[in-house]
Amino acid sequence: MPETASRPGKLERDAGRLRATGDWTLPHHARLRKVVGQKHDIHSLDLSGLGELDTSGAVLLAELMGPEHMLDVASWAPDQPAERHALLVTVASAMQHSSPPHPRVSPPVLIALGEVGRSIEGLWRQQVQLLGFIGLTLSSLAAVLLKPWRWRVTALVAHIQQIGLNAIPIVALLTFLVGAVVAFLGATVLQDFGATIYTVNLVAYSFLREFGVLLAAILLAGRTASAFTAQIGSMKANEELDALRAQGLSPMELLVLPRVMAMMVSLPILTLVGMFSGMLGGAMVSAMALDISTTQFLTILQRDIPLRHFLVGLGKAPLFAFVIAVIGCLEGFKASASAQSVGEHTTSSVVQSIFMVILLDALAALFFMEMGW
Amino acid sequence: MVNQATDAIIEIRGLVNRFGQYVVHEGLDLDIRRGEILGVVGGSGTGKSVLLRSIVGLKRPDGGAIRVFGEDLQRLPPTRRARVERRFGVLFQRGALFSSLTLQENVALPLIEHAGLSRADAERLARVKLALAGLPPESALLNPDELSGGMVKRAALARALALDPEVLFLDEPTAGLDPIGAAAFDRLLVTLRDALGFSVFLVTHDLDTLYTVCDRVAVISRKHVLVADALPAVEATDDAWVQDYFHGPRGRAASHAAQRTETR
Repeated sequence: MPETASRPGKLERDAGRLRATGDWTLPHHARLRKVVGQKHDIHSLDLSGLGELDTSGAVLLAELMGPEHMLDVASWAPDQPAERHALLVTVASAMQHSSPPHPRVSPPVLIALGEVGRSIEGLWRQQVQLLGFIGLTLSSLAAVLLKPWRWRVTALVAHIQQIGLNAIPIVALLTFLVGAVVAFLGATVLQDFGATIYTVNLVAYSFLREFGVLLAAILLAGRTASAFTAQIGSMKANEELDALRAQGLSPMELLVLPRVMAMMVSLPILTLVGMFSGMLGGAMVSAMALDISTTQFLTILQRDIPLRHFLVGLGKAPLFAFVIAVIGCLEGFKASASAQSVGEHTTSSVVQSIFMVILLDALAALFFMEMGW
Repeated sequence: MVNQATDAIIEIRGLVNRFGQYVVHEGLDLDIRRGEILGVVGGSGTGKSVLLRSIVGLKRPDGGAIRVFGEDLQRLPPTRRARVERRFGVLFQRGALFSSLTLQENVALPLIEHAGLSRADAERLARVKLALAGLPPESALLNPDELSGGMVKRAALARALALDPEVLFLDEPTAGLDPIGAAAFDRLLVTLRDALGFSVFLVTHDLDTLYTVCDRVAVISRKHVLVADALPAVEATDDAWVQDYFHGPRGRAASHAAQRTETR
């Protein structure tokens, strides 16, 4: 009992015979371990002075005597009650089966090298898997596309609500603020040249071509790719994916396609919201700090900015959406049953999808520049 | 164990539990006595697990009192409460092993945190507890997601036993074990109880377990404890559910099996 005062356990040498006295319990374990750890050359042990005994104490006594010897405790310590014999024998026989595992120790240099090799191989394998998964998604899409009765309309609409509609406030707020910041920056730099009026062009160009789609995509990568991974990952942990397959249903068709399609519908809409909201932020700063009225802002927009910038920006949205959704789903499928694994893959899906979005955006910028669009 | 009749370490009086409109327990009374193995049975959804969660303090009761070692857990300050909770060992229905730790770390965690052992000592002790629960030595370094259902149960038992608790709460410990493993589990429970003198609150559907290890059986039905007594008295209770439960084909088989092993 932890509440009652306990006599700490001791090992006493008494005329060449060892006596275990006091309470051999968990609170005294650390000290008793040191006592037991010393070399004792013994063949018998006097248990008559023993107070309380729990499993931790029994383990120590069995280590002291050797588990084999402890198994016939009843013959050399017959004065002890039967329950205590039972405990000592149970613990001793358990200890015979619990040889300490021997973890392999390698030199740190080898560990570091191995770690580098593993991560590079993992990176390569990840790309192969991603390409394979993209192919699988496209082939499932092709199989379903011409069969409207197999479209999961309800799931699609539910996902569009979650991914698209519910994200509108945060996308609008974020792009509005960035729009205001870009306008301020432009005004500060352009003022020296007396060209503050070009702030309008700066804001419009940046938001139509890049920022609208990029900010929306990054937000969705954080908000939705992680959700996809966590949903599918915990479904996998709960064997729901296996249950689907066992019933002859395709997880690709039921889980992945609605998510990918919903993403490809939502991101262009959010991009549009982002573009308008960003330019609104720019217009507000222009009107309040630069004396460019909203009418003037709109006139310049209409006169100077060709439609193709808008199309270039919007055209990237479905591509980004596809990549984000596919990475989110794939990472979910790769998770294993533990909570830690779901967490790791969720992190990985966000990092990967943001990385891919920015990489693709840079490549697209080069391409559009070469094409003169 | 007649003289222990008044030695209740957990007293539940007039317990009320409800989820929204749905009343699970109403006026439930139950005692758990020192050193006994109390089996708790009841149909699905009668709130056996809810009762367990109320006692260990995971669910705040909506009425009534639960006194553990003479103290009301809900009214204790956090540090005193943690000290009382340390005297509990709980095995959850699905194991609830920490999935980011290996088995030996799972068992060693309470030893390091509460008993203040060094890591090496705690892990050595943890390996013995894993072996006690019937797991092979190689399993000590495995992660919980690499285990079969039965091994998860055993590892969870090892963790529940880590601090040598005074009361062990087991939520369907033998569900998902093969019959040989379940019988070994029953024997292990009795051996440890006899040696360590803890009490066991055992929620189970396993009739063999009820017949072979339980000192008393409590039947939960219609939101309260219908009867809590030794098995012969419970079997004789005049209630349709109890009669179906103990005198159905499975109940009879388990009863015969228990008698056979006793006469042998």
